[in-house]
Amino acid sequence: MTTAASRLAVDVRGLRKRYGPVPAVDGVDLAVRHGEIFGILGPNGAGKSTTVEILQGHRTRDEGEVSVLGADPATADRAWRARVGIVWQDESAPAELTVRETVSHFAGYYPRPRPVRDVIALVGLQEKADSRIKALSGGQRRRLDVALGIIGGPCLLLLDEPTTGFDPAARRQFWDVVRRLAGEGTTVVLTTHYLQEAEALADRLVVIAAGRVVAEGDPAGLRRRYGSEARVEWTDPDGTPREIRTTTPTRTVAELMSRFGGEIPGLKVGRPSLEDVYLRLTGQEDER
Amino acid sequence: MTTTPTRGTPRSAPAERLPGAWSVGWQQGALEVKQFFRQREQGVFTFAFPVVLLFLFASIFKDDVAGAGVTASQLYVAAMIGAGIMSISFQSLGIAIAMERDEHVLRRLRGTPMPPTAYFLGKVWLVLVTGVLETAVLLAVGATVFDLDLPTSPEKWLTFAWIFVLGLTGCALLGVAVSSVPRSGRSASSVVVLPFLVLQFISGVYIAIDTVPDWMLTLGALFPLKWMCQGFRGVFLPESAQVLEQAGSWEYGRIALVLSAWCVGGLVLCLGTFRWKSRRDG
Repeated sequence: MTTAASRLAVDVRGLRKRYGPVPAVDGVDLAVRHGEIFGILGPNGAGKSTTVEILQGHRTRDEGEVSVLGADPATADRAWRARVGIVWQDESAPAELTVRETVSHFAGYYPRPRPVRDVIALVGLQEKADSRIKALSGGQRRRLDVALGIIGGPCLLLLDEPTTGFDPAARRQFWDVVRRLAGEGTTVVLTTHYLQEAEALADRLVVIAAGRVVAEGDPAGLRRRYGSEARVEWTDPDGTPREIRTTTPTRTVAELMSRFGGEIPGLKVGRPSLEDVYLRLTGQEDER
Repeated sequence: MTTTPTRGTPRSAPAERLPGAWSVGWQQGALEVKQFFRQREQGVFTFAFPVVLLFLFASIFKDDVAGAGVTASQLYVAAMIGAGIMSISFQSLGIAIAMERDEHVLRRLRGTPMPPTAYFLGKVWLVLVTGVLETAVLLAVGATVFDLDLPTSPEKWLTFAWIFVLGLTGCALLGVAVSSVPRSGRSASSVVVLPFLVLQFISGVYIAIDTVPDWMLTLGALFPLKWMCQGFRGVFLPESAQVLEQAGSWEYGRIALVLSAWCVGGLVLCLGTFRWKSRRDG
């Protein structure tokens, strides 16, 4: 039987969750295909974490249909948990144990764990394998969290703001780990408030603001769709800077050329960056 | 009824068996014990507390108790073994689990296919190991410093064993239940320690049972601690000391009844109230 739920790794429709009178998630739809890296991008407080926690089965929802690997996370069983890997936003690994002890202990929870040594190597902690967790740096602990999320060999990995607090080098290493996992066929859902991260990793993404999906697509498509207007800037003979937005910048430049009879003073033609698009979509444009 | 295989469909239906609660619980217990002994500060203080109190009380009040054929010191050894077991189980678990909940350790475990029972089994193993050690230390101090006569008859040790197991289990379950009361890990120790301290007074741990007012004893008799201490007095004191008891005898039958009731009641309480997440993670 081929149902919509079995064709999608994550299928969410009309999801709503409010905390008191405040809606945190206000009618979100998500469709994540098997094997892709799916980004949920949005500013802090947009409802990303609430959404992912509902997918994890750790938060109740008020309304909506949620199917994760064909089951409702709210009532899912142990077999389901064995197929879903979770990397939490805040780390909580036992400080007094070593990396190897912790990873091999977690391996014991799963029916078919990945080899402990491979997982430690995959997240780049070989040299720290016998260090106590309390002696690890923030970035190393985060990589341990990823190790604990993937030790069970999950079909689906849910990452909630995995690189918050990373330095740029650690972030790039982390991205490599996620790409490697996706290369092996793991479906990845990741929330982030770093546009760069969504652009670097996600095959497809949604932009969430104030609990709603405001845009959806692949990164290049988003830029095309929401960034088709170019901005043409120049300086008038009296010295006033001028600027117009147009979908036909070449024509504008041609007109200006004939008006100025050659060189256009202060000419600048620009396409909005994905960042401009993102800030406009999430209503943060003025805060720049 | 055909399914088209698409890229990266779920690897397989997990036909294989998930690890069982007993084996995971055993591993969980080994890990708990390892962690306990690596947190040296916690280990030393948890162990030292009943020993230090025993030393203080039994040294300050050491006279013969009139007409009972025992010294006050001997009474304190029996009482402190009971209190030591409750501190290892009720107090330690109540605080530790509240903190694990607050620090999202429980939430993380809940996100794995770990059978929930395995977590509790792990705690039982931890409490059993630390409880045996604590009791051994208290008995050693009692026998060497305070003239406690260790019983020689197997029946007495058998009595000791069942009181130990039932008392430890009941108090451990109560500790698991009480861990859900504090709002945060930080407030856990105050929330757990105060009732435990009061209970020790009204169960005749710090003050000899024949000087505690009757209404307090009646209140204390609702909880397991009074019965554990009473049973240990029965095991370690001469028969002549029965006159000090409220009922004038050791009441083993009633001890078994109350402690078993707490094991069952505590289990029901745990199953009904246990939370894997803190309140703000609703």
